[in-house]
Amino acid sequence: MSAAIQGTAAAEGVDVSAARRPGSIRSVAFHEPTAIAGLAIIGIFVLIALLSPFLLPGDPKEKVGPIFEHPSASHPLGLDGGGADMVKLLIAGTRVSLLVGFCAALVSALIGGTVGLFSGFYGGKTDIALMRMTDYVIVIPDIPLMIVAAALFGRSLTNIIIIIGIIYWTTTARLIRAQVKSVRERVYVKRARALGAGNRRLIFKHVLPQVAPLLIANTVLLVAYAIFAETFITFLGLGDPSVISWGRLIENAFTDDAILNNAWWAIVPPGLCVTLVVLGATLFGQSLEDALNPRLRVGHLSVRRFKVRPLRGKLDSE
Amino acid sequence: MTPLLEAEDLNVWFELPGGSELHAVRGISFELEPGERFGLVGESGCGKTTAMLTIMGLLPPNASVAGEVRLNGENILARGEESVSPHRWNDIAMVFQGAMNAFNPVQTVGAQIEEPMHLHGIAEGKMARRHVEELLERVGISKDRAARYPHEFSGGMRQRAAIAMALACEPKILLADEPTTALDVMVQAQILELLASLANDFDLALMLVTHDLPIVAQVCDRAAVMYAGEIAEAGTIDALYHTPRHPYTRLLFAAIPDLHAGGERVASIPGAPPRLDRPIVGCPFQPRCDKAFEPCPTVTPRLKRVGEAHDAACHLNDLVREATA
Amino acid sequence: MSTNGSGPLLEVEGLVARYPIGRGLVGALRREPTLSVRAVDGISFSLNRGEMLALVGESGCGKTSTAQSVLRLIETDGGSIRFDGQEITGLSASALRPLRRRMQIVYQDPYESLDPRFRVGATIEEPLEVHGIGSRSERQAEVRQALEVAGLTPPDLYIDRYPHELSGGQRQRVAIAASLVLHPELLVADEPVSMLDVSVRAGILSILDGLRDNGLAVLMITHDLSTAAHYADRIAVMYLGRIVEEGPTHEVIENPQHPYTRALLSVVPKRDPRDRSVPQILRGETPNSIHIPSGCRFHPRCPIAIAECKTVDPELRRPAASTDPAHRAACIRV
Repeated sequence: MSAAIQGTAAAEGVDVSAARRPGSIRSVAFHEPTAIAGLAIIGIFVLIALLSPFLLPGDPKEKVGPIFEHPSASHPLGLDGGGADMVKLLIAGTRVSLLVGFCAALVSALIGGTVGLFSGFYGGKTDIALMRMTDYVIVIPDIPLMIVAAALFGRSLTNIIIIIGIIYWTTTARLIRAQVKSVRERVYVKRARALGAGNRRLIFKHVLPQVAPLLIANTVLLVAYAIFAETFITFLGLGDPSVISWGRLIENAFTDDAILNNAWWAIVPPGLCVTLVVLGATLFGQSLEDALNPRLRVGHLSVRRFKVRPLRGKLDSE
Repeated sequence: MTPLLEAEDLNVWFELPGGSELHAVRGISFELEPGERFGLVGESGCGKTTAMLTIMGLLPPNASVAGEVRLNGENILARGEESVSPHRWNDIAMVFQGAMNAFNPVQTVGAQIEEPMHLHGIAEGKMARRHVEELLERVGISKDRAARYPHEFSGGMRQRAAIAMALACEPKILLADEPTTALDVMVQAQILELLASLANDFDLALMLVTHDLPIVAQVCDRAAVMYAGEIAEAGTIDALYHTPRHPYTRLLFAAIPDLHAGGERVASIPGAPPRLDRPIVGCPFQPRCDKAFEPCPTVTPRLKRVGEAHDAACHLNDLVREATA
Repeated sequence: MSTNGSGPLLEVEGLVARYPIGRGLVGALRREPTLSVRAVDGISFSLNRGEMLALVGESGCGKTSTAQSVLRLIETDGGSIRFDGQEITGLSASALRPLRRRMQIVYQDPYESLDPRFRVGATIEEPLEVHGIGSRSERQAEVRQALEVAGLTPPDLYIDRYPHELSGGQRQRVAIAASLVLHPELLVADEPVSMLDVSVRAGILSILDGLRDNGLAVLMITHDLSTAAHYADRIAVMYLGRIVEEGPTHEVIENPQHPYTRALLSVVPKRDPRDRSVPQILRGETPNSIHIPSGCRFHPRCPIAIAECKTVDPELRRPAASTDPAHRAACIRV
């Protein structure tokens, strides 16, 4: 923008330096310490996952030494119950665990977001029907569902993603529904309707953009849930037998009696990885949600202690 | 005689995220005598609400204050929160903007008015309840409504209850921040009449903060007009309306359409107030002033006496002084 | 179907709008009568091209509901609304769509009426997009022109701004520009300046004032009698869903006949401290619109009510002491 326009802007009282639009993800993601920390943790793991083809020449399950060998210089995290290098297994597992986590979270977000959007926007019978359906899904116990689904449809990665996706969308649906209901009542939406805009325009141009940041924040939290869910599904023996994931590593460690062999390095590292990623996603997602969800504002409850400065000497003489 | 309440060279800064500072109140001074009705007038962002909150010490942690606020000669801001909190509600009470919406929805109105009495050790149990009933009757609410919940009260009644709550500890000074802003004109008239009669009966000093000049004209004896964190002009309402000595005061009155002056042009002031997170050079009103002249952009005008109990911060008054010297 | 500019642009007769209140399960089982808020309870008025009519009254009087009914933004329960000769109460949503171009609304809250994610240019262009008018460059030209009319010059300074970069007064100008871009014939302004600082109000109102010269009819909703007195051609005073007094502005302000109007005018705070006229403060508050008093709905608070007022619901007719034939008041005592 030219200097001339900037000058006129200042004279007219237009605040052109207010680049940060309130309620945008950018304003939080790169300024809040917890958000940055969470993003950094996730970032590191994503990097490992992306670089894994280059970090792992050959088959990570290859036996390179005796089973449950202690950590040593050449194998910093020791060997597992099949004699394979733990570090290589962890790197391989990063890929799968993150993939399942992100995809399942996406499925959940898509289902939950759509249900919440239509339920909140249309209200009435649509709302009642969708919310009733949501209630039914909430009631279904997840582990028995997973067992039944695994038995019926087989134990593939795709099926796991779908199962996790259809279990966890309900909280998202409720959250988005509440937000959509409130946005729908905003004056600018009413104004758009008053000038003749149809429902489709109102939903996609006015409501959805306003709700999207919250949906994104919620999806990040869903990633945390999904990764943990994948871990315990696999641990229960319902996982895809052909892929390595962190859950699989923990499961293997148990079936191979790692504890009896005092081989902590076979169990703790994969568990730690899961914990770290879940922590990172939770930190990032929570700080986004705190900033974006208007109901969570509690700043006014802080103790008010203002500061007193000593009286400055007069700057001009009379 | 020492004034009841005195502010001297009050300054308030707010730390902004990103490191800069907003200088919201820029060295204001005013006095309040016992039983006096004083209005602090200005538009949004001028610092009037901040100034009022400073008197009560109700500033957030990112605020810093300089200057003194003296209650009966004692500087209550000397040690910050520590020195101001003993006087809150006991000596100085406040009716907040939107107070009618600040009631706890799950407590009865009576219990909420009783609460400050308990907290400050004024009264307990039965005596407190009786005191509450007296207060309610005094503000025009029948006493059997003490057991009711806020949502059962209309907006005007809730504002009356908020006033009752402010009077719970028998303060000597009542601050009111936009007390009638969201109310209908008839209810507004009732509330203003109530405030005036309470000030009389309880010998209260009343300080009214508002953007609505006509209600200050109706209720107050004296007023100060604030602009960009500073006082532009202060004096009796009569002087401010009939002989304003600051262009902003004059234009502000001219911007209010009068019911019966149909033909006269209603003024509007172009532009916007200056940003308070930057230093201001010269007179803050100068960019929008219709009478600005040579010294205005560079020399900051100081508040000077221009008549009996009448002060204004405008270089034009120096011209008048020179002309009459 | 148009009447070629003759006759009033808007004619409202006997308009009724009610909101039912739920009885709850217990109420339904006990067969309690369904209550409703009678927001608009029989209103008639007309508005000509190039005229500004102010609907004034306190909260709950039904002025906002009337404005929304006229624009068919809420459903009505009775009466007729004729826009340019055409009855619009029974029209379906799709039949209403072309009419929406000809009637627009400006809302009270400038901080909420603009989508925070839309730039100013996009907000003003939206009505044109919705109705599929013009090519991209034609629309851009219309946007610029609308900004000029709304006093936001030079337009280039504002087109790419976001609402949060503008002041309240500027945002309201954007809202006005967005309502003008379709060249409507009727503009409803719902408390257009009540949330703005005093020093910027006249600027906004003078835009609306000037538009009348181009034939635009303005229906202004306001609680501020001084604003109405200064800008409107005619004033209609509302109380509990009815018009209690209406007429040319000068007549209603200087020669009010209905006791409610007189009380209302007397309590408007005067800016001149030497004006010592005594305000006539009514006791109590406006009752809610669910249980409307019998007879004249103002009688419980009326300073000159007599026994007959409890049973007779007065009609709007010319008061004995009026000096203008178009002046009407609903009171049996004038």
